[in-house]
Amino acid sequence: MVRYLKYLTPLVVFLVVVWFLGRGLYLNPREVPSPLVDKPAPVFSVADLHRPERQFSSEKMMGQVWILNVWASWCRACRDEHPLFVELGRKNIVPIVGLNYKDQRGDALEWLRALGDPYVASAYDVDGRVGMDFGVYGVPETYVIDKQGIIRYKHIGPVTAKSLETKVVALVKELQQ
Amino acid sequence: MKRALACLMLLSAMVTSPLLTAKEAALMAEDPVLEKRVMALAHELRCLVCQNQSLGDSHSDFAIDLRTEMREQMKQGKNDDQVVDFMVERYGDFIRFRPPVKSTTFLLWFGPFILLVIGAAVLFISLKKRKRSVKTTPLNDEERKRAEALLGDK
Repeated sequence: MVRYLKYLTPLVVFLVVVWFLGRGLYLNPREVPSPLVDKPAPVFSVADLHRPERQFSSEKMMGQVWILNVWASWCRACRDEHPLFVELGRKNIVPIVGLNYKDQRGDALEWLRALGDPYVASAYDVDGRVGMDFGVYGVPETYVIDKQGIIRYKHIGPVTAKSLETKVVALVKELQQ
Repeated sequence: MKRALACLMLLSAMVTSPLLTAKEAALMAEDPVLEKRVMALAHELRCLVCQNQSLGDSHSDFAIDLRTEMREQMKQGKNDDQVVDFMVERYGDFIRFRPPVKSTTFLLWFGPFILLVIGAAVLFISLKKRKRSVKTTPLNDEERKRAEALLGDK
């Protein structure tokens, strides 16, 4: 028995290494766990995208579950996910706020005109300050914020129909209860 | 995901116009002490967009923004720890190239040493075992003579 153990050890070590390396293949290194999840969302007040003279304040959203979608007209992946938000917006399940990140106002407005505007409000984060407070490092990013203003979920990169349904909408419905 | 990455890379290539880096060069001339401090600390922090580059090495828009932020905060009199805390609050421990020692990073910090101790113990035990298994029988006269002849001793 002990003799067999000696020969089995390299095999066991090998399998352990394979397991770790194999798992590594399926991890997404770009998905960095955000320290902001389960913490209060940063409160911000910036100019409204549509009406520059008005301010959008995130405090207005307190007391309801809402989605914050960070996007920009220069971001290709935002274009991919946008139809999904347009569709979600049509369903009227949850208010979606757009955070237009480091963009030109004209480009952004044109983009919304062309592709549809699912947002109940659009905040214009021209210098990326709000994005920085949210720890945004790759647009698009999507946050689910609960009635108490706590960030409950963060999605980095474009959502897919599946991830929007199973992660975002499912969580929203749960939080709305 | 790939698209997002491509989007970011393209963005950094486009937006990181020479203007911005030139701007930083101008800042360097303006206040070399501050700029050195910014760059020293930036080399300790990871650029989350490029990941294997530091905030100091990267020319991405993200890195330039954060360096600008660091510069502003240092101008306001914040020390290095406070600036790092600001970054960690937003981007997590991952932004630090030297993660802090805590329960979740225990294996990361001490794993190699634990493996070293295990390796040393295995080596020590197997050497001891081998020593015991080697039989030492003294040579008889004939063997000694042969050995001396072979070694060329008189």
